[in-house]
Amino acid sequence: MSEEKFDAIVDLLAQAEMEVLLIERGDFCGAKNVTGGRLYAHTLEKVIPGFAEEAPVERKVTKERIALMTEKGAVNIEYASGREDDAKSASYTVLRGKFDKWFGDKAEEAGVMMVPGIRVDSCIVEDGKVVGIDAGGEAMYADVVVLADGVNSLLAQQLGLKKELDPSQVAVGCKEVIQLGEDVINQRFNLKSGEGVAMLVAGDPTVGNIGGGLIYTNKDSVSVGIVTTCSDIGRVDVSVPDMLERFKNHPAVEPLIEGGIPLEYSAHLVPEGGFDMIPQLYTDNVLVVGDAAAFVVNLGYTVRGMDYAIESGRLAAETIIRARDLGGDYSAANMSYYQTLLEDSCIFRDMKQYRNFPKLLERHEIFNDVPQIADVLFDKLFRVDGEKPVSLPMFAIDEIAKRTSAQKLLELVMVALDAL
Amino acid sequence: MAKKVPVDDKLGYNRFNTDESYAHIEINEDFKDEAEIRKVVLACPAELYKYENGELTFNHEGCLECGTCRVVSGGKVVKTWNHPYGGAGVTYMQG
Repeated sequence: MSEEKFDAIVDLLAQAEMEVLLIERGDFCGAKNVTGGRLYAHTLEKVIPGFAEEAPVERKVTKERIALMTEKGAVNIEYASGREDDAKSASYTVLRGKFDKWFGDKAEEAGVMMVPGIRVDSCIVEDGKVVGIDAGGEAMYADVVVLADGVNSLLAQQLGLKKELDPSQVAVGCKEVIQLGEDVINQRFNLKSGEGVAMLVAGDPTVGNIGGGLIYTNKDSVSVGIVTTCSDIGRVDVSVPDMLERFKNHPAVEPLIEGGIPLEYSAHLVPEGGFDMIPQLYTDNVLVVGDAAAFVVNLGYTVRGMDYAIESGRLAAETIIRARDLGGDYSAANMSYYQTLLEDSCIFRDMKQYRNFPKLLERHEIFNDVPQIADVLFDKLFRVDGEKPVSLPMFAIDEIAKRTSAQKLLELVMVALDAL
Repeated sequence: MAKKVPVDDKLGYNRFNTDESYAHIEINEDFKDEAEIRKVVLACPAELYKYENGELTFNHEGCLECGTCRVVSGGKVVKTWNHPYGGAGVTYMQG
């Protein structure tokens, strides 16, 4: 059994007393990984119940914040249920460099053989079937190869399971982790120790490009980033790294991170094409999991991927264990069970439900006009300057009419209804 | 922008094990379509693509390994793209 990178799969396979080799490109698990990031716990709970008690999670998310930003203004909505989330409905801010290292150690404890610092160049194909991997001329043979090599899965592309990524299907995120200290974060974000906020922003950070800004509170640092769809790059004359600087210097963001010590600058692609982007997921002796399989749902107000990656690893493990129990036939006929399991899983259920969501988030109105309309409406709502007050509903209709036609608005509403 | 931090400074926060002998990305220096070049220059989070006086230059040292240049250029500006060899390149301690 051979595998690229870390995944939930390795724990389960090792527990089932199968020989598992985990090949990692970086010096340790997580060394090449980046998240926004927030981990929804429900799928990892199935693999390691109560994991958050021992895992290096940063903070439990207790507050949701979304914001619409114009160049200077910001409309914030913050929500805190006040309820104590149970283990299944909890979510945590995480940093993958720390979190994946822990997860990799767990796999090693379970009997997995770790091989870090190795780049897999290709899968070895004999008689039309994958029989192992080639790393710099060194061959390693296995009954099954699980491709967990991420969004840039060159291996899945080489095997013809996946096409080259289309710029409209992926977004680039870049992020800084800025150290502020636990107390400063608690004060600035109105949090208690251990509690965290997840903040997603549309509008100015990407200068109206499809995408947005993000802020997640870690234990003693904050993750501050922007994400923009690759096909929108060049739409405005602002570079991707400048968008991050623009976000960091926004009047609503700058006071939150002021005086912080930057610890790291990272970038990563995010598969955002949804259900229609999912590649071929199995062939003889091969399964594809996680980002390589494009298992991501972006709704604008929630972004999920790591929980699906973990679930897909678990289902891959189940598929392989079943094939072993059926006599060790790992051909496509038995690997297809992975597809069957996925069809019944939260991954396919969610991705099918939100199949049309990427079409809604392709609408530039959401990232341009909506924040601007929100800004002028709130300005009118709160402004007292001695002048005659305007009728707000009429003002709102005027502002919307200025920016769009009735037909376009109707179109947007239809796309939104379709997406939801 | 009031306090724009140069990208070069930001790359200095990171841990790199640069492989000087192997450029994991190669560009097509003969490609002259300015519109396509502009996209790649704007896209790279590490600002490793520089276009000056009609010359496009690229240096793989400081690459964050995101893959954006490959996707954006669609085989035009970027000739070959691979991951660095094992253990080389950026090591994300935070991630």
